[in-house]
Amino acid sequence: MPQTAPVQDWASDFDVLDPRYVSDPFTIWDDLRSSCPIAHTDRRISSWLPTRYEDVTAIAHDIEHFSSLRVGVIPGGEDDEPDDDYDGPDLEYGLPPISADPPLHTWTRRLLLPWFSHRRVDSYVPLTRDLCRGLIDGFAESGHADAAAGYAQQIPVRVIAQILGVSTDMSDTFTEWVRDVLEFADEPDRRQKGAEGLLTYFIEQLEFRRKNPGEDLLSELLGQEVDGQPIDDGIILGIAALVLIAGVDTTWSAIGSSLWHLATHPEDQKRLASEPELMPLAIEELLRAYSPVTMARIVVEDIEYAGCPMKEGDKVLMNFPAANRDPEAFTDPDVVQLDRAHNRHVAFGSGIHRCAGSNLARMELQVALEEWLQRIPAFSLEEGKDITWAGGQVRGPRVLPVVF
Amino acid sequence: MKIRVVADKCQGHARCYGLAPELFDVDDYGQASVIVDEVPVELEDKARLAVANCPEYAIEILSE
Repeated sequence: MPQTAPVQDWASDFDVLDPRYVSDPFTIWDDLRSSCPIAHTDRRISSWLPTRYEDVTAIAHDIEHFSSLRVGVIPGGEDDEPDDDYDGPDLEYGLPPISADPPLHTWTRRLLLPWFSHRRVDSYVPLTRDLCRGLIDGFAESGHADAAAGYAQQIPVRVIAQILGVSTDMSDTFTEWVRDVLEFADEPDRRQKGAEGLLTYFIEQLEFRRKNPGEDLLSELLGQEVDGQPIDDGIILGIAALVLIAGVDTTWSAIGSSLWHLATHPEDQKRLASEPELMPLAIEELLRAYSPVTMARIVVEDIEYAGCPMKEGDKVLMNFPAANRDPEAFTDPDVVQLDRAHNRHVAFGSGIHRCAGSNLARMELQVALEEWLQRIPAFSLEEGKDITWAGGQVRGPRVLPVVF
Repeated sequence: MKIRVVADKCQGHARCYGLAPELFDVDDYGQASVIVDEVPVELEDKARLAVANCPEYAIEILSE
């Protein structure tokens, strides 16, 4: 990853890829909330970083002034393109509905939502449970595991592959592409390599499914009409890429962070293992405390927001993780209370772009923790081994050695 | 107790359904709705819990 100059002043020159921000953003947000609740930087592109719940949710709802046309946290402006000679596939319509505003957002989201309804998600529980059990079988006897790379990382990508109707044999390649696009987004060439791999693959899959339709999301989109017209291939390609990109890194990070929390908080580990009925509230609390995802918005026209002179084209980083640690919105926000009763967290966003896959993510997180705790009710970090965290758009552990 | 979901505010977080499936349903497009006319006394605490967890402030208590 390219080295950036260490941050001296978080209010005027923040960098979400600064190692301190990646490993412990919480104290930085606390300082900013009390001194400069919307920070600014000119690194990469002029960007704003709200840290209060009230501001993050207000901006998420103000779709008139804050567009979703560019939601990537790391890429800079229009000129931050890797290679002028690139002639690979491109995304004419971006990744609808996440990187779209109404009206494109509205109808593409409606196509996608039924695939992630709670009824549909219930039908994915058995395969998710089997998958978790199989992974644990692989390391249970050994007494140690990498809970991030060997467990968390392996789960969502395989469930998503089933939904898309593509081979789970490709899971490692999918994971690599998604990491290229999200985790290594600061390296334009790598970002482009991931996007090219992913789009080339899906273009082939669309051609195959046009001739051999199945009961998967891609086949259904190919056969669907909107206002009497088939859906443009570019839009189907964008939706397919979105489902993979948004459905892998994010949930895997939430599972990994939750296991990290349990490994480092034996009292919570014991409680959750012995009181499984706590799980639904505990899941929401872990999502609040370790929200993985930050999204971006683009300022549509010059606007002064809360005293900040935002310019057309500036980025606003939708700091849902910081909103969820705001003491104005949550009592003792830095304490994980597994049975927290008042918890209006926005880990899945707020407003019209609420994560379309939130039911699936929540189910995967719950099943992954249930299966882990059932087989491995007591575990801790492996001494002397390093943990690595990824940050930027998605925060979570990438290497998490535990012993049990 | 009577409660309702304000349709325009609901964004489909499905927290109400997760906490109190006896009182709420969420359709395939994420729209939540109340499935009882009157909240049974023994479920009133669950109804309040749903109100306190909706990120969109979309659930209202109409009468207690």
